[in-house]
Amino acid sequence: MKLIMIFISASLINNFVLTYFLGICPFLGVSNKTENALNMGLATTFVMTLTAAVTWPLYTYVLVRFNVPFLEYVAFIITIAALVQFVEMYIRKSSPALYRALGIYLPLITTNCAVLGLALFMVLRDYNYLQSIIFGFATGVGFTIAMLMMSGIREELEFADVPRHFRGTSITLIIAGMMALAFMGFAGLMSG
Amino acid sequence: MGEIVLISVVSMGGVGGVLAAFLAFADKRFKVEEDPRVERLVEMLPGTNCGGCGYAGCRLFAEALLKGEAPPTGCVAGGHDTSAGLAGLLGVEVGDHKRLLAVVLCRGGEAEAGRNAEYRGEMTCTAADLTGADKACTYGCLGYGECVDACDFDAMTMSPNGLPVVFYDKCVGCGACARACPRDIIEMHPEDHKLFVYCRNKERGPKARKVCSVACIACGLCVKDCSVEGGIALKDNLATVNYELAPQTEESTKRCPTKCIFAGIEEQNTKANYRATLPKEAV
Repeated sequence: MKLIMIFISASLINNFVLTYFLGICPFLGVSNKTENALNMGLATTFVMTLTAAVTWPLYTYVLVRFNVPFLEYVAFIITIAALVQFVEMYIRKSSPALYRALGIYLPLITTNCAVLGLALFMVLRDYNYLQSIIFGFATGVGFTIAMLMMSGIREELEFADVPRHFRGTSITLIIAGMMALAFMGFAGLMSG
Repeated sequence: MGEIVLISVVSMGGVGGVLAAFLAFADKRFKVEEDPRVERLVEMLPGTNCGGCGYAGCRLFAEALLKGEAPPTGCVAGGHDTSAGLAGLLGVEVGDHKRLLAVVLCRGGEAEAGRNAEYRGEMTCTAADLTGADKACTYGCLGYGECVDACDFDAMTMSPNGLPVVFYDKCVGCGACARACPRDIIEMHPEDHKLFVYCRNKERGPKARKVCSVACIACGLCVKDCSVEGGIALKDNLATVNYELAPQTEESTKRCPTKCIFAGIEEQNTKANYRATLPKEAV
């Protein structure tokens, strides 16, 4: 039950993008096509799950064990950077098309605050190993959901008569704000 | 204290070492063979990533070149020498590299076109244009210099009269200024275009005249004087040059009452020439 709670909470109620406003850069940058958004979402989900799976033991068995938990930021950042590097190499080898589509945004997962945020929240909330992995995966799913919804709206927007000066980033930010408002509706989902 | 420092250093060093070893292994395992020509093509390109070729950066343009999707003349910033170099490496013929130049189609600076309001706000053309702006002419240059900011090649400046000036010895034709202008006053033209109507005002004659002394009032004199039928036409209360027909000379422009159409001075406008026209203290 706790695991389901964590999953729904991380993916919908406390959606990282629309509630905590983490990971906005790829959310705005790669959401112009559904295909790219989905791929970016999947890549990020993969990195997030992996991050949770690697940083939890690192935190528990190294940092806490040796009584240096204040090093969590440094440790998490280098771990995430290494993981993203690995994912980049892997994607480049296995799917050049996806590699080109993600372009600059793939290295940007490294500095994606959602990934670091996930690692820090995980520690803050005292999740155990299984819960952490579910939390990482759910966060990725939530990110993918937000990306997909945004890209769907933006594809329709191509045909809309947007006033000239609102085109591009401006209208995207306005829509992001409205989506965040809509996601506030999930806030009461688990309490009752 | 000393112990914590030691533990920190050792643990972080250990974590870093393990990750580094893992990455080194992955690098070997997932190595991708790349066409070495891409690297050489990228070196030949200007590397400014201006986007004038239509690709997101020089590298993608180089890849498109190799696939034969982009012509070797596609790099507008590099000019003829780059085109020849690229074509040489690829082993193809150089096509006709037409140099594009930015032309500012408005001559209504502070002296010629008045302002009928006061604008206080974000000092960019886009922001000013959203509010309707302070310039009496709703088609003319706002003079906040967004095009100058967009130029990566140091090829533009704002004149003391509040109009952008393009230095034709520096302009590479990437079109960044034309994209930046919210009123579409800047157009990109091949260098064999000489004859331009320096006005975008689509109002009727008297109305256009009222807001600017050098506006096109659509009197039609240049249309009549043009030696080729249909070389210049009136469209939306503006004289419009048909570049496929009209001779690029002064002959049709002599009788223009507001001197808004003229020919052939743009390429002399180099940075050195422009500086010479400024008063001494401004240089």
